[in-house]
Amino acid sequence: MTLKLLYFAHLREALGTAGEELAVPENITNVAGLRAHLAARGGRWRVLVESQNLRAAVNQQMAGDEVTVLAGDEVAFFPPVTGG
Amino acid sequence: MSVSVQSSAFDVGAEIAEVTKNAHGIGAIASFVGLVRDLHEIDGASANVTAMTLEHYPGMTEHALEEIVAAAHQRWQLIAVRVIHRYGRLEPGEGIVLVVVASAHRGEAFAACEFIMDFLKTRAPFWKKEESPEGGRWVAARDDDEAATARWLDRR
Repeated sequence: MTLKLLYFAHLREALGTAGEELAVPENITNVAGLRAHLAARGGRWRVLVESQNLRAAVNQQMAGDEVTVLAGDEVAFFPPVTGG
Repeated sequence: MSVSVQSSAFDVGAEIAEVTKNAHGIGAIASFVGLVRDLHEIDGASANVTAMTLEHYPGMTEHALEEIVAAAHQRWQLIAVRVIHRYGRLEPGEGIVLVVVASAHRGEAFAACEFIMDFLKTRAPFWKKEESPEGGRWVAARDDDEAATARWLDRR
């Protein structure tokens, strides 16, 4: 299945990309699985499993690691927010 | 439109005038304005800030702010709410965020204004990067902002 991935702020700079369309294996069912899949790229991508301080959103709603991801979903990863 | 995410500056007086226009049931307006400061405390020391750039998540930002405003309307009797949050590069002294809450009496307006700011700080997808003579630096989230949000969840 294909997902739309977005990266923001410090994470965007660390990964060197603002986002991508990515085909992922069907056995990836939730945010945790997606994090592990991306981290398996190695190098700077390890941050997706190693950082305790990354948040996720699925279809523009804040999402914990257990939240389901489905084909076509927009999944974003970012540091804790600092607006206001 | 009660929520705006924009790069341009806002005029507090004009926004309040717009909220109160032809709404004569309003007895109280509470407003909050957040500004860019020229220094930032890090680990007890102060660092100079020459500017900051606010990044956001277009689409999610507007939805998150609308959900926060809707939650405030559910919790209190409010007549109108206006939220403006800016993005892009801002210099010290410039307004970052405006919250205007109108109600019949002051209690609801004060409380809802603080509620909206507390949730905005921890739920709306904005990130600040400060510029200083030493270079750029992403602002870290503060534990007390999480605590400020949590206290609303503890009391109904």
